[in-house]
Amino acid sequence: MTIDLTDTSTGAIYEALTEARRRLGGAALGMVLTLIVETTEAAQYDAMRAANQAGREHPCRVLGVITRRPNAESRLDAEIRVGETGPGETILLRMYGAVGQHADSVLAPLLVPDVPVVTWWPGQAPEVPSQSPLGALAQRRVTDSAAGDGVQRVLANLAASYKPGDTDFGWTRLTPWRTLLAATFDVPHPPVARAEVLAERDNPSGDFLAAWLSLRLGVPVRRAVSAGPGITDVRFDTANGKIAISRHDGRTATLSKTGEPDRRVALHRRDQSELLAEELRRLDPDEVYAESLAWLFSDARTDDDHEADTFTLIGTTIPVGAAGAEAEQEIADQ
Amino acid sequence: MSESVTSGQGASGPAPANPAALPDQQVKENPLRDPRDRRIPRVAGPCVLVMFGVTGDLARKKLLPAIYDLANRGLLPPGFSLVGFARRDWEDEDFAQLTYEAVKQHARTPFRDTVWQQVSEGIRFVQGEFDDDDAFDNLAETVRALDAERSTGGNYAFYLSIPPKAFPLVVQQLKRSGLSDPDAYTPPEGQQAWADHRPWRRVVIEKPFGHDLKSARELNDILAAVFPPESVFRIDHYLGKETVQNILALRFANTMYEPIWSRGYVDHVQITMAEDIGIGGRAGYYDGIGAARDVIQNHLLQLLALTAMEEPVAFDADSLRAEKEKVLSAVRLPADLATGTARGQYTAGWQGGQEVRGFLEEDGIPPDSRTETYAAVRLGVGTRRWAGVPFYLRAGKRLPRRMTEIAMMFQRAPHLPFAATDTKELGQNALVIRVQPDEGVTVRFGSKVPGTAMEVRDVNMDFAYGESFTESSPEAYERLLLDVLIGDPPLFPRQEEVELSWRILDPIEDFWAEYTKPDPYTAGTSGPASADALMARDGRVWRRL
Repeated sequence: MTIDLTDTSTGAIYEALTEARRRLGGAALGMVLTLIVETTEAAQYDAMRAANQAGREHPCRVLGVITRRPNAESRLDAEIRVGETGPGETILLRMYGAVGQHADSVLAPLLVPDVPVVTWWPGQAPEVPSQSPLGALAQRRVTDSAAGDGVQRVLANLAASYKPGDTDFGWTRLTPWRTLLAATFDVPHPPVARAEVLAERDNPSGDFLAAWLSLRLGVPVRRAVSAGPGITDVRFDTANGKIAISRHDGRTATLSKTGEPDRRVALHRRDQSELLAEELRRLDPDEVYAESLAWLFSDARTDDDHEADTFTLIGTTIPVGAAGAEAEQEIADQ
Repeated sequence: MSESVTSGQGASGPAPANPAALPDQQVKENPLRDPRDRRIPRVAGPCVLVMFGVTGDLARKKLLPAIYDLANRGLLPPGFSLVGFARRDWEDEDFAQLTYEAVKQHARTPFRDTVWQQVSEGIRFVQGEFDDDDAFDNLAETVRALDAERSTGGNYAFYLSIPPKAFPLVVQQLKRSGLSDPDAYTPPEGQQAWADHRPWRRVVIEKPFGHDLKSARELNDILAAVFPPESVFRIDHYLGKETVQNILALRFANTMYEPIWSRGYVDHVQITMAEDIGIGGRAGYYDGIGAARDVIQNHLLQLLALTAMEEPVAFDADSLRAEKEKVLSAVRLPADLATGTARGQYTAGWQGGQEVRGFLEEDGIPPDSRTETYAAVRLGVGTRRWAGVPFYLRAGKRLPRRMTEIAMMFQRAPHLPFAATDTKELGQNALVIRVQPDEGVTVRFGSKVPGTAMEVRDVNMDFAYGESFTESSPEAYERLLLDVLIGDPPLFPRQEEVELSWRILDPIEDFWAEYTKPDPYTAGTSGPASADALMARDGRVWRRL
């Protein structure tokens, strides 16, 4: 059921929501989180759809926030949808005028009690996510560095303002790649001397992958530019030949190792709802993301050609085993 | 996890001139794995899955779709290969076609051409009878060819989706053809193996694990003659279910249940597995087996073990199994089996609005069959925690609806400060773990009825696991297949558990065979009167189905 409320208040929204739920026979309980989506009129359809799809895995209350015409008279409109799009509830809030500057005051009473809050910016990320009004309400803040203008600047901002709980779709998009790479290294292998990551220009995932590999393997990793789509090649020089994974059609990857037949494996690019569902699966700080992001803007980086988006990250020798053992101990303690 | 790091082969690069130098050049730890990095899932290592009985229902509806789903989730390694073995005169393409149709019809994740391509490239079929030496030699050649073509590293899992009576033959054939021997593996030409690399062999079997203690041991001896115990994976698909694993989370990750999880608070426990269907086409299997052997011995006793066991010292296979074995060995039978057990057989009636036949009229069932389609037992657990708390287990076919649950029924409050009339409708508090369908947890407690009078009545508080989470949670078989390929055994019962379960059931079966006949119950009702009497003698009632 859809309920439109014009020039309304949070009290009225809350009442309408309770009433809708009662009429639907108590549906939409058992929500595991509140998801705030800060978006624009043009992007709201896709964003809300992705949020609702992710909500099938994580039943939640989705609060879409659109601020319009900052100079207009202050007004709050709400569109409530319950029992249509999935197990949760969706409220799309349009804020005109001054109330748009105080969106957090509108949202605070609408958060589901006792469960975590996640804020997602499908478009341009705020300069400092954790201090933006809607980000401050959340334990988990999800940006998409690839969606905004000036990818490198956005990434640098994210690195400078990182707070535990921040995460970025540029990192989320990497999971299938990182899984395939981890599986490739699950079997005994010769030591790696250096690596190379080829991806489109302005592709933060390519940057993240280079940083992660350089951190984990402790070897120099070069990030270079290819025609895409997305990440196209990851190559390793080992003491005993080459290991390479290439994916030029955005769908199927080929794993090549010197001395072994090539093997193909599906490695498709994922849509927003899948990325969001992955983000919502874990709500604790992603330390590996934080390290990779920091590494990307550390002294380890040498820009080969700033214009062409090519750089090299030198290797490191962080005591990976020690950090790993510590975390394992923590898990055991729990 | 550690297995996946060291298993599989790491052939890379042409064989160097000096093989003695090899071990120094090998990295066994995976530098990309980090326990904090929980986005990266466990992925199976390179391997071949050989399936016997690929044309069966289970393969088509569950196993083949599960393989596709695993591939679609990126959990199968590049080069993963699937070999089907069956009697039919088929080519690889025919088996691929069967798999394709099974995937299209039953897979839980969306169909993607690229994923299907990846799976289908590794599909092979070998035609033959189980007693045909040539067929198994052919099979051995096929998997070795896969090692060369797809770098599967000589790691083979054998899935025996076949009747147990065929096990001896197949297992012997695997041995004879050298397929079961990991040391017989030599790396294909051009690929090199690491100095201390040893491929793995795993064999997967489905219930029933025998029909009594003796046959279970015989079955195990057959397998043990060829495969070491840690290579035998017994699939009880119940243990792959999210809700069943959630029992452990509920009990051992929370504080609020542990204090009441004992005789001090629990009055009794009811574990139920009800099915609405009859025996369908399974007459040949079911006659002579019956409800107790079919589900109580495995599913329900496993549920009992998970419910009643002490906290394992760690969440690994050995610790879990140790606790389960402890509690299974503490299970006590009723002193008088005549009053402590009940069994029944459905007769013609109406089930869910349809007229259905009685068990004795089913095709393939002899008219004088004494096989039960309903069984109920009262068990005790001889531990300090559970002394005096009865565990009632029941399982049956043609009951009103399909439902599996564990219900902890709590004692009534020792004192109620309300007038007796106020709490007339207040029952026992209950914690119900719903295993299927509609997976979740229900807490039943008393609540005041709105109004000016003080009246307390039972209400439910519900956690619906299934409603919203199942859409992308893996199917039980998906989880279990992946665990087999990774070599992660916590969810698989080992032989000791199987034997302990038979030790519990055998005396009951012997008693039944000697002294009783199943009591009739009309299809679509909730079981024979003798089962209700069993509860009534203890002053209790079954939960409504």
